[in-house]
Amino acid sequence: MASVELKNLTKSFGKTEVLHGIDLVVKNGEFIVFVGPSGCGKSTTLRLLAGLEEATSGDILIGDQLVNNLEPKERNIAMVFQNYAIYPHMSVRKNIGFGLRTSKLSKADREKRIDEVAEILSMTELLERRPVQLSGGQRQRVAIGRAMVRDPSVFLFDEPLSNLDAQLRTQMRLEIKKLHQDVGTTIIFVTHDQVEAMTLADRIVIMKDGHIQQVGTPSEVYQHPKNIFVAQFIGAPSMNMLTGKQVKTGVQLDGGPLLKVLPTNKTQNSGNITIGIRPNALTLAKDGDDVLFEGKITIVEPLGAEALIYVDLGYANVIAHVPGYTPPKTGEMVKLTAPQQEIHFFDTESGLTLRQD
Amino acid sequence: MSQTKFKASQASLGRGSTYAYKNSLKPASVIRWTLLFMGGILMIMPIIYLLSTSFKWPHEIYNLQIIPDEPTLDNYAYVLEDGRFFTWFGNSAIVAICTTVSSVIFDSLVGYTLCKFEFKGKTFVFIAILSTLMIPTEMLIIPWYTMAVDFGWINSYWGIMFPGMMTAFGTFLMKQFFESVPDEFLEAARIDGLNEFQIWWSVAMPLVTPALSALAIFIFLGNWTAFIWPLIVTNDPVLYTLPVGLTTFSVEQSVEWELIMTGAALATIPTLIVFLVFQRYIIRGVVMTGLKG
Ligand SMILES: Nc1ncnc2c1ncn2[C@@H]1O[C@H](COP(=O)(O)OP(=O)(O)OP(=O)(O)O)[C@@H](O)[C@H]1O
Ligand SMILES: [Mg+2]
Repeated sequence: MASVELKNLTKSFGKTEVLHGIDLVVKNGEFIVFVGPSGCGKSTTLRLLAGLEEATSGDILIGDQLVNNLEPKERNIAMVFQNYAIYPHMSVRKNIGFGLRTSKLSKADREKRIDEVAEILSMTELLERRPVQLSGGQRQRVAIGRAMVRDPSVFLFDEPLSNLDAQLRTQMRLEIKKLHQDVGTTIIFVTHDQVEAMTLADRIVIMKDGHIQQVGTPSEVYQHPKNIFVAQFIGAPSMNMLTGKQVKTGVQLDGGPLLKVLPTNKTQNSGNITIGIRPNALTLAKDGDDVLFEGKITIVEPLGAEALIYVDLGYANVIAHVPGYTPPKTGEMVKLTAPQQEIHFFDTESGLTLRQD
Repeated sequence: MSQTKFKASQASLGRGSTYAYKNSLKPASVIRWTLLFMGGILMIMPIIYLLSTSFKWPHEIYNLQIIPDEPTLDNYAYVLEDGRFFTWFGNSAIVAICTTVSSVIFDSLVGYTLCKFEFKGKTFVFIAILSTLMIPTEMLIIPWYTMAVDFGWINSYWGIMFPGMMTAFGTFLMKQFFESVPDEFLEAARIDGLNEFQIWWSVAMPLVTPALSALAIFIFLGNWTAFIWPLIVTNDPVLYTLPVGLTTFSVEQSVEWELIMTGAALATIPTLIVFLVFQRYIIRGVVMTGLKG
């Protein structure tokens, strides 16, 4: 187990800089998830940590040791790849034991360690099989086993679940979470699936274009996104965003009505304001509620006990995530409301949040 | 369309069962099979004559009968009792095995490096290797020969083998095959603490066994049947390889074709064995890579 620290880390491929100064402290035993759109530099960060790529500048510390110039094997990390990277020409046992080839353990101890790992991953009966004879989920478990067997101080996962079908993903997600609870090793996990990030992470690192946008616990990044990007990236469906101008009594929406809501803090801003409301914060207004929006339903997507309704307000479209087995029908006029504290305000120009608290 | 017309015209002839079989033949496949058959005959005729001649008495060898009037095993007895045959056979075996092992190792080592590593001058090296493919072997013989003379390699095993210890073709082939090995396999091994040589040997090489087997077959056959270079570089009959030795196989002044054919027939046995052994790996390898996750 070890902490990990990245200090002003940059990486360029040729002339293009793809990481522009990453700063992050990962605590010992923490489960950190990197999330962000494709090409934002998640894998690159992980590969720098693993020692598969060399940092252009900045420092990497693992357990307080500067590892910039260490070979991958000297960093005591293990990595699980998206396409498993288990060797087709070796049995599961050999694959798992592969990482022990260079260790000083005796043969008996190695076998014992392999059996232990197989036990934890409930794969004992698969040990003599070849990867060919395994399902996708089992293969990924072998890859995880191979990472575990050396008892590394940090686990690195690069989108390990994205080759699995939805059901298996959910199951493996739980298994990885359980594994972390059992072994307690520091884990750095990369995904572009925000649900995976929310469910697994102690803290989420949201990246975009080689910059960290926000670091925080799942509830922090969900409830208090630092900027428009994070607000829209986290949560599904995405947060509804409406642009407007701040006036004395509220926000004058572009092409729409005046909303009598204002950011409570007095941070200096450009006056151009974006209002964000999560779909599940919008509810059908009852008599006596302050009506926020009024519009016509264009699409209804029933999800069982709840439904997504797409509402055309005339000047913008919003999505509401409403409970109930019998949602309103397409074409109906609806009135929507949201609690004051669920309304986010952002400076349209900088994208930064204007915190209400 | 054309098939139905064909069927209809056949049916209208109304000769019953004879045509039931022919109906399943499309004109295209008739042409295809005919061409293949003719090609096959062209390839196999020389071998049939070779075998047939090896069972003939000298006075029969110039008639083109395939089955000899008086078949004999005398030629085989003669060749096998003559000590020279086994010397040459042994020389060929040494040369072919050494060049095959060496080429397979070095071709894949260089191919792997060119495929998986970035270094200055890589493209230049690759193009330089490829461009040697454009020079016909005949043109290389003179420089090889001068080299062999200068280094004192004439009349030595090394002299016969050195041009074939590594091949440009094999390097190119292996480079292409290593492209199909995902980098993650190598990176995973790197993280597990293997050094680059171990990664090449125990991760990359097993994943390209089909290519290695194909290459081994090619190189073995090429060297087993090599003629011109071994002929030029050796003049001591003790060092002759089988193809060179066989041509000198004459008891009196005339060329003894039936003996040469007998030797050649015997010489095909190792090539058949090599082919059968390695072909198994090709097939097994295909199965393995086909199901790779
Ligand atoms: N070896 C390389 N050479 C040049 N550019 C590279 C290389 N590897 C990555 N990049 C570039 O660096 C940027 C970040 O890539 P990276 O693989 O880290 O993205 P990612 O966040 O992992 O994306 P994804 O979700 O698609 O895996 C991309 O623009 C990519 O094109
Ligand atoms: Mg990636």
